[in-house]
Amino acid sequence: MSEKRPILYCRCAYAKVLPEEVKDQVLARLIDSDQPFESVSDLCEMSARKDPGLVPLSQQPGLRIVACYPRAVKWLFSAAGAPLDSNEMKTGQIEILNMRIESADAVCSKLGITSSDLNSTQASDPSDTQASGAKP
Amino acid sequence: MIATNRERPRVLLYEGAHSKPIDPSLRRRLVPTLLDRGYTVTRITENAKLGNLGHTELVVLGAFEQQPDFDSDTSVLKIHTRDIQSDTFESLLEYIEGIAAGVSEARPHWKPWFPVIDYDRCTNCMQCLSFCLFDVYGVNQDKQITVQNQTNCKTDCPACSRVCPEVAILFPKYKAGPINGDEINQDDLRREAMKVDISSLLGGDIYSMLKDRSMKAKSRFSKERDDDRALKERKRCLDKLQNDIDGLDIPAEVLSSLPSLDQIQAKAQQAKQRAEQALAEQALAEQSPKPAT
Repeated sequence: MSEKRPILYCRCAYAKVLPEEVKDQVLARLIDSDQPFESVSDLCEMSARKDPGLVPLSQQPGLRIVACYPRAVKWLFSAAGAPLDSNEMKTGQIEILNMRIESADAVCSKLGITSSDLNSTQASDPSDTQASGAKP
Repeated sequence: MIATNRERPRVLLYEGAHSKPIDPSLRRRLVPTLLDRGYTVTRITENAKLGNLGHTELVVLGAFEQQPDFDSDTSVLKIHTRDIQSDTFESLLEYIEGIAAGVSEARPHWKPWFPVIDYDRCTNCMQCLSFCLFDVYGVNQDKQITVQNQTNCKTDCPACSRVCPEVAILFPKYKAGPINGDEINQDDLRREAMKVDISSLLGGDIYSMLKDRSMKAKSRFSKERDDDRALKERKRCLDKLQNDIDGLDIPAEVLSSLPSLDQIQAKAQQAKQRAEQALAEQALAEQSPKPAT
């Protein structure tokens, strides 16, 4: 049973800087798992608009953010007036997973998403391999 | 005023108590589609709490056996609950978009290109404020450099990041590190320092010389530092930099839209004055005795 720390997934919808395959596969596997999660269209957009919704997101204990470079994510939150706790980042209580350089497997492994976490309906459903990013 | 994400309804996939799991193929099509259209999508399961992200409307989707029951601060929300057991992907999307159309106004255009300052590295030297001709930077009440007019930023132009001696300016959507937020190594620092040097030669409007600049280079610079000459060379050199030294990476459209030399001179002078004023105020504040607490 994987731990249920909060997960925030960024789709990076407004630029093609994340490898499509990685962000699609991570999202598909997140959806197929039994993990609760928050997902946003684009953290950069929220930061640019200083979206107040970033404040409660930033304050979740044990938050894991699936996005891009940790330095970028840290200062995007800060620029929006929703700074991530520096100490929690140092100690790994807040974790930022980088879909720009890491593989989908590596990201999902760090999220604790394994095949056993897949929703039982999905696990027995071989018809959607394309959507989940898996090869038939 | 900048609009926020909250203008679109938040979509909640409810898979908690008194509900069945949502069809996986539907989930897999719906979530990325909604995210690509600008929605915030949340999935909650057993005992999960729904945090309030400030949205005014919430769309709750689920295969319900009873009405969903979740712990949330929903006092300010209008909740649209939909049992999706007989829905298709298309009918659901139409339903959600219909709600969105009713609550959200046209969102102002957002440009995914703006600088973000890494304050762990920034030394408040004001070179970015002095360099940028488009008034993107300013100082806040604490005399700290800040991004004040991000919409003035020229798309795909990372020049201010290039002139920052501390590599403290990020453009998260940029293609390469360290400007995109990647970790900084010593090679990056040396390369960026060299570019600051070159930028000084180009514009004549960056007043802080690099500490490690060689005396020879300084001597050459002083001979060439004729304002008119420097300004005339600005466009030519920026173009050359693009090709020669993996340079400032300024898009052609930005180069072609640069103002006239006279305007550049005036803007550079204004920016320099603002930077000098900010530095002077900063120094004054540092010298002033702190009130006893």
